[in-house]
Amino acid sequence: MKVIEVDSLRKRYRDRLAVDDVSFTVEEGEIFGVLGPNGAGKTTTVECVAGLRTPDSGTVRVLGGLHRDALKEKLGVQLQSSALPEKIKVWEALDLYASFYSKPADWNALLERVGLADKRDARYGKLSGGQQQRLSIALALVGDPEVAILDELTTGLDPQARRDTWDLIEQVRADGVTIVLVTHFMEEAERLCDRIALIDSGRVVAVDSPAGLISRVDRQQTVRFRPSGPFDDAVLKALPEVTGVHGGGGRVEVTGSGNLLLAVTTALAAAGVVPADLRVEQANLDDAFLALTGKKITNGDAR
Amino acid sequence: MSKMITTEAKLFLREPGGLIFAILLPLVLLIGLGNVIPGLREASPDMGGQRGIDNYFPAMMTILSVVTMALTVLPGTLAAYREAGVLRRMSTTPVSPIRVLVAQLVNNLAVAVIATTLLVVLGNLFLDVPVPKNPLPFVGVFLLGTASLFAVGLLIAAVAPNAKAAPAIGSLLMFPLMFVAGMWFPREFMPDLLQRIGDFLPLAPFGQALRDTWAGGAPQTLNLVVMAATLLLFGGLAARLFRWQ
Repeated sequence: MKVIEVDSLRKRYRDRLAVDDVSFTVEEGEIFGVLGPNGAGKTTTVECVAGLRTPDSGTVRVLGGLHRDALKEKLGVQLQSSALPEKIKVWEALDLYASFYSKPADWNALLERVGLADKRDARYGKLSGGQQQRLSIALALVGDPEVAILDELTTGLDPQARRDTWDLIEQVRADGVTIVLVTHFMEEAERLCDRIALIDSGRVVAVDSPAGLISRVDRQQTVRFRPSGPFDDAVLKALPEVTGVHGGGGRVEVTGSGNLLLAVTTALAAAGVVPADLRVEQANLDDAFLALTGKKITNGDAR
Repeated sequence: MSKMITTEAKLFLREPGGLIFAILLPLVLLIGLGNVIPGLREASPDMGGQRGIDNYFPAMMTILSVVTMALTVLPGTLAAYREAGVLRRMSTTPVSPIRVLVAQLVNNLAVAVIATTLLVVLGNLFLDVPVPKNPLPFVGVFLLGTASLFAVGLLIAAVAPNAKAAPAIGSLLMFPLMFVAGMWFPREFMPDLLQRIGDFLPLAPFGQALRDTWAGGAPQTLNLVVMAATLLLFGGLAARLFRWQ
């Protein structure tokens, strides 16, 4: 079942076109990534989906066409740059936000789930960045929504807090909540998302699974190793998987495609050579984004 | 809604700065200066034979309390909420952020009521300040004047570019308004022109109408009209210009 259908969305702010032409659908129960560099139009897109902005043209259908308050009952949203008063306590925030919904979730259980049970009486301003984000996720879930939109959730978190947040998102999906994850982190999208809409300059470049996106780029792989002794390049060059062999300084770099690693190690074993420091490099989402847009994302900015 | 109000009230008590200025300062000034300055306790022919302490001074302390809440505490809190994204966050829920605004108004009004009650009761106990002799009109004037100043505060919150600017703009407006309202010396001693200017600014009519009803008289029509006009004009502008994010 399609829970979100976005068709030919367009939104202009006074001086610039934020969203030019965005279409995608989100299926029930999936983690759907909206991935792109800063300023690509990701946040504007999800704000239109959440009913917080009115698109200039195009249509948005959420959960079969819910609007306004009925939509907000079923759609949990955690937005970038939205916070709580510094001095509100964790439990007070959850209790207050639970009172906004007609059928709220049990916020005590939610507090356990996001790992903040021992921070119940702590003030929002005293929480770490990761704890604030987890409270923010809890608030997005306190209405017991069917869909949750999570915008730039792990920006500014340290690696451990980021991984904890990822685990939490996977648990939430396991509970049956459809998740729309807005991010500029390739690693995050690759790890969490079932499907991704790649957005650049207000347009959807591609919608596919992470593996599907990666397979669109040149399937070139690289195998690097240090051979235990000298050997003839020809044993590798003869392999159908191999397209090139380069050596130097005691290291060998083999490029090719298909099951390159297996072919190379088998041939080396036959030649009596042991490869040390063996490494395989495959294309990832960064390469896919580069191939599809001609840009590279560094710290969220497209270059 | 009640949960919203109680939560905002708790947050309010955790930032005691505003409360100290709005409740304690006017009270300490009333009791302290009322005891220290003998002139306040002597009948003055320029004030129609009234003593300064009879209604002039307590009325000034009342508007000091209300104007502090209305022009610094209220706009400061709302602008800070907007800047931090508190209002934006709430707009993603089925509940409108208007409720935060209402809760803020209720709490600020409560503080003004408590401050005024303390001024009346403690002034009477310690300084023999007579309680307002025309109580119902006094309460009406109090509510109208407070509402009109809150409207000014909401407009400040609406147009302030950031959280720090809001209370700063409020303070900047407060001092000239308090001056022409007679905070430092009674309006009777001011040149006619200054009195006339004061009549058409937000604060002086409030102070004058409180004095009149405190002394047992009726409020002047002009004062009531200016307060009502302030409420409508500033309230309307605030409603038009208020931004949630």
